[in-house]
Amino acid sequence: MLEFISRILGKESTSSKNVAKERLRLVLVHDRTSISPYVLNRLKEDLIKVISNYMEIDESALEVSLSQDDKEVALVANIPVLKMKKDYANKV
Amino acid sequence: MGEVIVVTSGKGGVGKTTTSANIGTGLAKEGFKVVLVDTDIGLRNLDVVMGLENRIVYDLVDVTSGNCRLKQSLIRDKRFENLFLLPAAQTKDKSAVNPDQMRVLCQELREEFDYTIVDCPAGIEQGFRNAIAGADRAIVVTTPEISAVRDADRIIGLLEASELNNPKLIINRIRPDMVKRGDMMDITDIIDILAVELMGVVPDDESIVISTNKGEPAVMDQASKAGEAYRRITQRIRGEEVPFMDLDAPEGFLGRFKRLLGMR
Repeated sequence: MLEFISRILGKESTSSKNVAKERLRLVLVHDRTSISPYVLNRLKEDLIKVISNYMEIDESALEVSLSQDDKEVALVANIPVLKMKKDYANKV
Repeated sequence: MGEVIVVTSGKGGVGKTTTSANIGTGLAKEGFKVVLVDTDIGLRNLDVVMGLENRIVYDLVDVTSGNCRLKQSLIRDKRFENLFLLPAAQTKDKSAVNPDQMRVLCQELREEFDYTIVDCPAGIEQGFRNAIAGADRAIVVTTPEISAVRDADRIIGLLEASELNNPKLIINRIRPDMVKRGDMMDITDIIDILAVELMGVVPDDESIVISTNKGEPAVMDQASKAGEAYRRITQRIRGEEVPFMDLDAPEGFLGRFKRLLGMR
């Protein structure tokens, strides 16, 4: 019913076409870069290792994903920092 | 020297064979000397779509393995004397031919015909590699479904890796009513995602089923909407600029009136 009303109002956000487009966009990012979830996961583990040398990070909230803008694919990492490691905090 | 065009898609069932048959027939109708080559060994169908299944004597594998001469294997179309079919073998598999043999064959056909249309099998394995081996350019067929567009993207990548650059896209079976409702991806959505040039849009049309039943390509049926779309695609292949069809579903009173008067 809600979908019906939003259609009458001309809203397309719930239309199945947009669902298809969004899903397609995500599959193609992976298809085109040929990076498997396994590889992405290993990359994530390595990132944690390296960054942990310098700062304490919230591993559970860490996000690594591929995103796409036109024909460019970017690796987007969102890494919440808890605090700097003592050794590095004082050195500028 | 003629041109070799491969019709491919990745996914099966999107209309490669129908497209090949209609493009070939459309070009022959314009007076060009055309040959259709079915490379779907083991699952041939271009013969039935063309209505020529009862005339097959020799096939593609007979030619590449030297069992017969190329001329002997070509079946002349019933309607156009400048249109020929080279059927695929039905009892062999894709490995019965290799890309080098296809390159040699395409070169021979290029010397004889204005246009060689190669109907590619589904998939990305040897059948695909055979079909694209001798081609000068490629047409990718897709439908407005997520699976077909995804496979088209993969195929475009593989074509470009094989130096068949700038493939052109045909979007088949579009349903203007569903596009209008927002329940089907439209032309711009698909073109944006795939980043290729559009060669044509073919509406979903019952007349395709009927024409396939009869073995007569829709491009010959003046009343068929899909046929009209293929006529325009044929002109674009020849390098003409033709406007895209107006696919708006409900015709309305004025539209019907105009059509009755032959204004469009």
